[in-house]
Amino acid sequence: MVPLNWYIILSAIMFSIGVVGFLARRNLIIMFISIELMLNSVNISLVAYSHYLQSLRGQILVFFIITVAAAEAAIGLAIIIAFYKNNPTIKVDEINLLKG
Amino acid sequence: MEDVIYNNLNYPIITWTVFLPVLGAIIVLLLRSATAIRWTSLIVTGLTFIISLPLLTGFDKTTHKMQFVEWHQWIPSWGINYFVGIDGISILFILLTTLLSILSVLVSWKAIANKAKEFHISILIMEAGMLGVFVSLDFFLFYIFWEAMLIPMFLLIGVWGGENRVYAAVKFFLYTLIGSVLMLVGIVVLYFTGGETLNILALSSEQYSLNLQFWLFLAFFAAFAVKVPMFPFHTWLPDAHTEAPTAGSVILAGVLLKMGAYGFLRFSMPMFPDATMMFLKPIMILSVIAIIYGALVCLAQKDLKRLIAYSSVSHMGFVTLGIFALNTQGVEGGILQMLNHGIITGALFLMIGIIYERTHTRKIADYGGFAGLVPWYAGFFIVLTFASIGLPGMNGFIGEFLIIFGAFRAKMVYGVLAATGIILGAGYMLWLYQRVFFEKADTERWATGDHKVWDLDMREIITLVPLIILIFWVGFYPEVFLSYMHTSVAHLLENINQTNYAGGDHLLTRLITGIF
Amino acid sequence: MIYTLIPLLPLLAFIINILFGRDYIRDKAHLIAVPAVAGSFLLSLVAFAGVLKGEVINVNVYSWIVSGDFNVSIGFLIDQLTAIMLMVVTSISTLIFIYSIGYMHGDKGYYRFFAYLSLFVFSMLILVMANNFLLLYFGWEAVGLCSYFLIGYWYEKKSAANAGKKAFIVNRFGDFGFGLGVILIFLTFGSLDYMTVFSGADSVLGQTINLFGYEVDTITLICLLLFCGAVGKSAQMPLHVWLPDAMEGPTPVSALIHAATMVTAGVFMVARSNPLFSLSATAMNTVAVVGGVTAIFAATIALVQKDIKRVIAYSTVSQLGYMFLALGVGAYSAGIFHLYTHAYFKALLFLGSGSVIHALHHAKHDDEQNMEKMGGLKKYMPVTYWVFIIATLSITGIPGLAGFFSKDEILWRAYLGGDLGKFLWFLGVAAAVLTAFYSWRLIYLTFHGSYRGDPEQEHHIHESPKVITVPLIILAVGAVAAGWVGIPPVILEHADRIGEFLAPVLGHPHGHGTHLEEWLVIAVSVAVAVIGWLVAMFMYIKKTDLPEKIASLFKPIYNLLFNKYWIDELYDKIFVQPVLKASDRIVLAFFDAKIIEGVVNGIPALIGGFSKKLRNVQTGFLSNYGLAMAIGALCIIGVFIFMR
Repeated sequence: MVPLNWYIILSAIMFSIGVVGFLARRNLIIMFISIELMLNSVNISLVAYSHYLQSLRGQILVFFIITVAAAEAAIGLAIIIAFYKNNPTIKVDEINLLKG
Repeated sequence: MEDVIYNNLNYPIITWTVFLPVLGAIIVLLLRSATAIRWTSLIVTGLTFIISLPLLTGFDKTTHKMQFVEWHQWIPSWGINYFVGIDGISILFILLTTLLSILSVLVSWKAIANKAKEFHISILIMEAGMLGVFVSLDFFLFYIFWEAMLIPMFLLIGVWGGENRVYAAVKFFLYTLIGSVLMLVGIVVLYFTGGETLNILALSSEQYSLNLQFWLFLAFFAAFAVKVPMFPFHTWLPDAHTEAPTAGSVILAGVLLKMGAYGFLRFSMPMFPDATMMFLKPIMILSVIAIIYGALVCLAQKDLKRLIAYSSVSHMGFVTLGIFALNTQGVEGGILQMLNHGIITGALFLMIGIIYERTHTRKIADYGGFAGLVPWYAGFFIVLTFASIGLPGMNGFIGEFLIIFGAFRAKMVYGVLAATGIILGAGYMLWLYQRVFFEKADTERWATGDHKVWDLDMREIITLVPLIILIFWVGFYPEVFLSYMHTSVAHLLENINQTNYAGGDHLLTRLITGIF
Repeated sequence: MIYTLIPLLPLLAFIINILFGRDYIRDKAHLIAVPAVAGSFLLSLVAFAGVLKGEVINVNVYSWIVSGDFNVSIGFLIDQLTAIMLMVVTSISTLIFIYSIGYMHGDKGYYRFFAYLSLFVFSMLILVMANNFLLLYFGWEAVGLCSYFLIGYWYEKKSAANAGKKAFIVNRFGDFGFGLGVILIFLTFGSLDYMTVFSGADSVLGQTINLFGYEVDTITLICLLLFCGAVGKSAQMPLHVWLPDAMEGPTPVSALIHAATMVTAGVFMVARSNPLFSLSATAMNTVAVVGGVTAIFAATIALVQKDIKRVIAYSTVSQLGYMFLALGVGAYSAGIFHLYTHAYFKALLFLGSGSVIHALHHAKHDDEQNMEKMGGLKKYMPVTYWVFIIATLSITGIPGLAGFFSKDEILWRAYLGGDLGKFLWFLGVAAAVLTAFYSWRLIYLTFHGSYRGDPEQEHHIHESPKVITVPLIILAVGAVAAGWVGIPPVILEHADRIGEFLAPVLGHPHGHGTHLEEWLVIAVSVAVAVIGWLVAMFMYIKKTDLPEKIASLFKPIYNLLFNKYWIDELYDKIFVQPVLKASDRIVLAFFDAKIIEGVVNGIPALIGGFSKKLRNVQTGFLSNYGLAMAIGALCIIGVFIFMR
């Protein structure tokens, strides 16, 4: 039996990698994957707690998150592609149309 | 329930009057042809006027109580009711509103070719909003109507206005909104301190502490002073008037400006009598400044419509001066002068709209010699000019005389200063008349093309004649109108004079200590 | 009450003519106006006969304005004073209406002219018939309105339009005081009704009112405020400036409104309020001094004017000064007597000059009012000439004619009025010399000598038609005989009928002198009238080059008089221009546009500026937003961990 701590530590490490990846990288696709990484790290911790507490709630929540993440990924990638058609770059530093 | 007289007619007359224009607006929405739309709105406004007439004939002049009252629960959990009724202060404004609405439809017959449907819907919704303000006896209802008026007016100015319409519309909207928001805060405070009710009559009979009165008066003052408009909150008015289409100017001058002074009479004075006493002096000073200041600005105006707009500032200065003289003559004169101003200035804007349709210019310097070109027009205009100057035998005189009398009685110096406004008034109006109508006309310029000038046609005469009749009617027999307000005004003054405010408060110190 | 028809008939004529005149009635407008005013005249006769029998009528028709304790009615009072005024107004109006048929013939605004004239008669009748101060004020303002219309009748002329506006606005200055006076009367007496006010006058004697920190006698203040109105309407110093300009109107208007009736409203009003004025010595002295000074002041200007109507206009101002002089020394009936005789001879002078102008106009004279371009008209216009002579004899005070009796009465009463009275008498006598001089100067320049205009025009000049000359002749009869109702006792016992008739309203004047003194006063008046006449004859018949010489010798004085003491220019400089400039440059351009609009547009600009700064936070870089989110998340976690 793997102790709960290990899952939490894994989740925290994954989340940190996601955060650092999101902040440090400039490639839109990589940043996008970092966000997915963070989401999935949260999923891991949710499933772990769910098992630990013997409650199905966490796992139900994970299904929701996966669904939302899938939808989000689809929309996000679609936006990136649409944007790329107009402006052939995926470097965020060059995408600043929303500047105030 | 309060001491009111319920509607004893077998139909809800006030509800009909207020909501018939809404019904009309819905019908107009479904129509397509512009002619049908015009006729529908003419019929609807006409019907509204006819329906409102029994209010006059059935009105009991011997009581100050609210009459034709209708009361229904609306949102009981918050103590909000559908509560409407009229008394001697509001009744005349209802008739004025219904009358001027007909005339606004008539005057827009040819002037509004673009988006006629939306225009007439705005006018009809506007009418409902204005009527609602005058009949509401529940703050929630009142506030809804108060704000609902703003939107159609905003559209009227912003869509069908002159060159600078967007600026004027936004300015008008923001100005009034800022005032109203402060009033809303005041209403909320009243709700919690006055026993969790929004019933205006119940809230009026409550006693509030002096400090609370002070702040609430200020909050309401913000809304009303902007609407009147009192000096120095007046600068939205010339812009709005100048840019608005004729019908918009007529409604604005005729009814909308009356809301502020009506608010003082209906809310500020009965609810906050002590604060009223406290603010008496500054308000009277501002009124006198408005009278003289407005007149001086008129002397310098080069734009026909702007001149009349500024003359409104001067005339409304008379109104607030009379109301805050706090004696019978002043208050009755003030109310009558509001009516007069609606008639005279409304008619003057009609006249300017009519001539603008022909000449397409508002610059006074472009005119001259029009008495020879358009004699009937010149004749109507001179009647209005002298009514505005306050010539005896016309309505302006009765109002101004009573106001100056009241002010003189309250404090002599204000009466004397206000009377100088009459000299200046003669100055700017006669000078205007001379520049537009006298001397030689540029007959060639006005003979052909799209600035061909022709005299009044039948529709325009029909639009103007009711107002001219009213001018002389009030001038020669004002008792018909004054008699409606006698008891209500007496009751109002009785309430205020019961104040135990001893004086001595310095407004500025109170303001500063209140803030910190 | 049938007498309400007296004002209503002309009103009806006005309404019909103004509504239907342009399209239907046109050049038949007189068919409506003349019968209406003649009807008023006949009814006035009936009313006058009633008053002679001692019937004084005082009725309220209906309540006009009721507000709290303020209550005022539309009501009429026909007493001795009103009866005299009714006779003056309606008789002269009727004659002038008839005269206008000829004078205004062919004018394109013919209907308009008769409409306004009828409205004027209505207003004037309301003014004299009112039984309270507010209705008096109504008539007062309404005659001002008609005056405005009629002065600016030829509105295409800029000068006419200006003159009309000027008349109305200058009068408003007077009415400003009058209106406040009316308010103060109500606050003092609790009523505006003549009878209530006058009977209560004694009880408020000595009462004072706090005026900007000074205690002022209430009655004095009321009288002075009322007198402000009179000064404006009757063109006394310093508000006289509008009357000469008012000559821009058609001549019948000048005769009716600006000589015989409207301008005398001030005199009527002061006489009507005599129970109040009599209680205040200050007010009385003010009235007398203003009258006396105006009498001589206006006469000096009249000496050198070239425009025939302007000379008569200044003469009117001067004669009105006499009337106020009379009122001021307490001789109310003398003032009203002079009002009544003056109405005839002054209307005659104006209509006579109108006849001259009319004739020259038809002869295509290009400067038809300039006396320097006239001369020798006697042989072409004998009727006009002779009525002019009669009017001039009357105004200069030659014994036997109307002007003599009334003017003599005034001077005699002034003489009896103590030191101030003696001084005013001296002013009056001095003005009488000048009056004689400028009146005869007018006649000699116009009718004697040879024609100085274009010889081409000379044979086109004809006497005016009958419709013009007949009213002139009737007025000439009045100018001779009107004074015979007021012969002083020293000449003929019990012949001062008008004084006796008015006594119930106006009382008897105070002061008594010896017969010798009275004869001396008469002798002096006659002597100065003759002296003025002889000097004029000498200068304009015998030595016609003398006037030019004197003018160039005393150039500054001549300029001063010819330019009317530059009072118009002075008012323009110190009142009109500063107000216009201040309102344009300071109030509108600076205060309204810069300060108020500055604040109004400034606050949104401030908010806008702040938002612009704040907008820079939105860099558009995704990583910046991410960092902000991360920091935010850390903060929230931190709060959760450390704040528990």
